[in-house]
Amino acid sequence: MKKREIAVIGGGPAGLMAALYASRMGAAVTLLERHYNPGGQLVKQTHKFFGSQKQYAATRGIDIPQNLLKEIEQQEVEILLDTNVLGYYPDDGVIGYEKDEKFHTLKPDRLIVATGATENVLPFTNNDLPGIYGAGAVQTLMNEYGIVPGKKALMVGAGNIGLIISYQLMQAGVEVEGIIVRGPIIRGYGVHAAKVRRMGVPINTCCTVKSAHGSTCLEKVTTINLTENRETIPGTEREIHVDLLCIATGLSPLTELLWQAGCQMEYVAELGGHVSLRDKNMRTSQESIFVAGDASGIEEASMAMVEGMLAGLCAAKDLGYDDGRFKELYNDAIMQLSELRSGSDSEKVRKGLKECTLKEVTS
Amino acid sequence: MTLIKTGVPSRNELMTVTPSRERLEKGPVVIVECFQEIPCNPCETACKQGAIVVPNMNDIPRVDHELCNGCSLCISKCPGLAVFVVDETYSSSEALVKIPYELLPLPQEGDTVTALDREGEAIGEARVLKVQDRKQQDRTAVISLAVAKDFSMKVRNIKTRG
Repeated sequence: MKKREIAVIGGGPAGLMAALYASRMGAAVTLLERHYNPGGQLVKQTHKFFGSQKQYAATRGIDIPQNLLKEIEQQEVEILLDTNVLGYYPDDGVIGYEKDEKFHTLKPDRLIVATGATENVLPFTNNDLPGIYGAGAVQTLMNEYGIVPGKKALMVGAGNIGLIISYQLMQAGVEVEGIIVRGPIIRGYGVHAAKVRRMGVPINTCCTVKSAHGSTCLEKVTTINLTENRETIPGTEREIHVDLLCIATGLSPLTELLWQAGCQMEYVAELGGHVSLRDKNMRTSQESIFVAGDASGIEEASMAMVEGMLAGLCAAKDLGYDDGRFKELYNDAIMQLSELRSGSDSEKVRKGLKECTLKEVTS
Repeated sequence: MTLIKTGVPSRNELMTVTPSRERLEKGPVVIVECFQEIPCNPCETACKQGAIVVPNMNDIPRVDHELCNGCSLCISKCPGLAVFVVDETYSSSEALVKIPYELLPLPQEGDTVTALDREGEAIGEARVLKVQDRKQQDRTAVISLAVAKDFSMKVRNIKTRG
């Protein structure tokens, strides 16, 4: 069985940063990523990022993985691509993974789980018709493979993902008939909403999908309006002819491995679902396991990057590694996170974190 | 109705970011249509005049229109495409409006395009005076438009023809 000082599961913004900073401290790191192309969701984010320079603000998401990989190349990080982690065996602290259609095992001294998130589904009649996609699939088709996913689209969800993908659909030449959202307000950034509004896309609040129609693929969507308490209002049905319905109704942390590992879990609505309890250094209730990024609670990619940095630094420090800059980088990461989360926009996240942050278990 | 209800800033919201009449009459000046506390500050980093300040990363940008010289470096740096520059001194009947633009094909200098307001409604014509798409703008072009003076605070997008 393969042994390694640190294993990082997931090669998105959190995982790449975790691998980078753990290896900078001096630890031997293996990063396992299921896609052939590292970067996680970054590889399809064609828009410029928010944040400040430290989190690559004003840089397009698609360009961030290359920047990080260049820095990682200077360290000793083993990157396993096309690699699916299948399970964690807590009795032995062993990861099982599939690579090249073979089963392998790996026993790390420290594990960083940066598995990201999964999309929430929306139940309605015929929600399995071809032409109905999750937001991630639409972005993968368009921005990773250059395939236009439809001609006319309706977007469900006005969080940042729904707003950004509506904009990207229009950049790809797709007509966006409108954006509908269940709640009474637009949850995504106002600047993203303003951007699609001035392109002529209406945003209807208090509205959801009632049913989808089509014989072999999507031809029409029936929407219905809701009261502020989310009760449907009969008689407000509207038919919209589209061949693409994009569902962007939020994300939930991907936590199967943390459950398997026996980490203490807690349902925290503000963070998108079940998350593992963790201390401020991103250590879970299992001493050798850290978590970072959306797997620890849904936030923006900038927060995921800094959490990854923090988890990577602390996992390496655990094993006695410090290149002399640990304290400086650690303090910087803690400060960046508190700065990123200090706005009114992060109120929900701050409340959620209070519910799942353990008292420090690190020395 | 406000931005978070409609996606379009209200009159009151816009008033908070609009330069004074005196300043507008002096020449090109920035308008930062950013109304929410979000963790973001590339506009501050871009501004060489110190006219845009974001004291805490989550603060709404504070703009000193007197310090702004209308250089327009900030337009393509804003990830929210929320920064515009307006020059009401362009001519006696027209104002110049600079907008960020990320659709292909880009319009050409000399084109006549349809001017759109913040709701995407056509409100008139605009002449494309200049198209800047330099490498450091990283694929956010800046389009300079000549529009009827009354529309300088309304035109925020264009639709190319043909």
